[in-house]
Amino acid sequence: MNTIHNEHERILVVYPHPDDEAFSVSGTLAKYIEGGSQVTYACLTLGEMGRNMGIPPFANRVTLPKIRKQELIEASAAIGIQDLRMLGFHDKMIEFEDPQLLDDSIMALIQELNPSLVITFYPGFSVHPDHDATGEAVIRTISRLPVGERPLVHCVAFAHNQEQFIGKADVIVDVTGFLKQKMASIRAHRSQFQAAELVGDRELNEEEIQARFGRERFWTYPFA
Amino acid sequence: MQPQDIQLRINELLDQDVYVHLELTSGAYAHHYDSSKHPASAFITNAAIRYTQGSISGTGPYRVGLKTTQGWLYAEGLTHIDEQEQERLILAGHDSRGKLVVALQLSREMF
Repeated sequence: MNTIHNEHERILVVYPHPDDEAFSVSGTLAKYIEGGSQVTYACLTLGEMGRNMGIPPFANRVTLPKIRKQELIEASAAIGIQDLRMLGFHDKMIEFEDPQLLDDSIMALIQELNPSLVITFYPGFSVHPDHDATGEAVIRTISRLPVGERPLVHCVAFAHNQEQFIGKADVIVDVTGFLKQKMASIRAHRSQFQAAELVGDRELNEEEIQARFGRERFWTYPFA
Repeated sequence: MQPQDIQLRINELLDQDVYVHLELTSGAYAHHYDSSKHPASAFITNAAIRYTQGSISGTGPYRVGLKTTQGWLYAEGLTHIDEQEQERLILAGHDSRGKLVVALQLSREMF
């Protein structure tokens, strides 16, 4: 089968929080993995400063990192991710972290894995400061590679005004065939997924799930 | 949460070096979901303090004020305590949708 998901043998995903992968890229990853891709997910933090702690709350600031770590492991397994790396940075502090330390960590992964595709957040258009700072670090690091050695970078963006600046997403992946994996990865994040603005306060029916989660959108980063 | 029990726990940590985590947050997405909301968050973690006077007040959500050797520490909106914890005092305030709004934690050891 000569489809898009066989194009990339090695994919590196770099996000700052457990659950970033579930909503934005889990269907796409499941699709690539079925096509034979090896996926490494580098998650920079454990989301230990998150506000969602279950409804009613079953976590606190002290227990949250452990709980989120377990949820991340389960969500990655639900997607089929073969290689999960937890990089141990502090949630909310990515934009204040030593840029050299961040970039070196990302560069080490790129050199080790030699991915042909990297997926991250679009710097400046991803709402959460950690998202933007993670995207910036990835773009900065890859910009240092010679043009011919740079992997393709697909970015997720969800700011209100983004199309004005970066246009419409150029990569749209139909993941309706992988909603089982996607919903399983979302539900694995038990401390987070009940939040009303994410999945809602009621069970969604099949049609609603398809409409809401059936497509994932990416912007190919235009390196200068 | 039982304020009498929390008062006892506060008393146990009086007059000694303790580490504090104090946090208040409206969340990084507050403004994204509702542009009328002002995004504000602050936290300090593993700050060393010593308090000479400390109490819990209110009828729920609760307030805690600690008079330190050099000043004050204050948290309002506390609704939950971690009851498993014997040594550390782990207090949190969650809003009606379960989201953390405020956290106050005290411990003899670093967090």
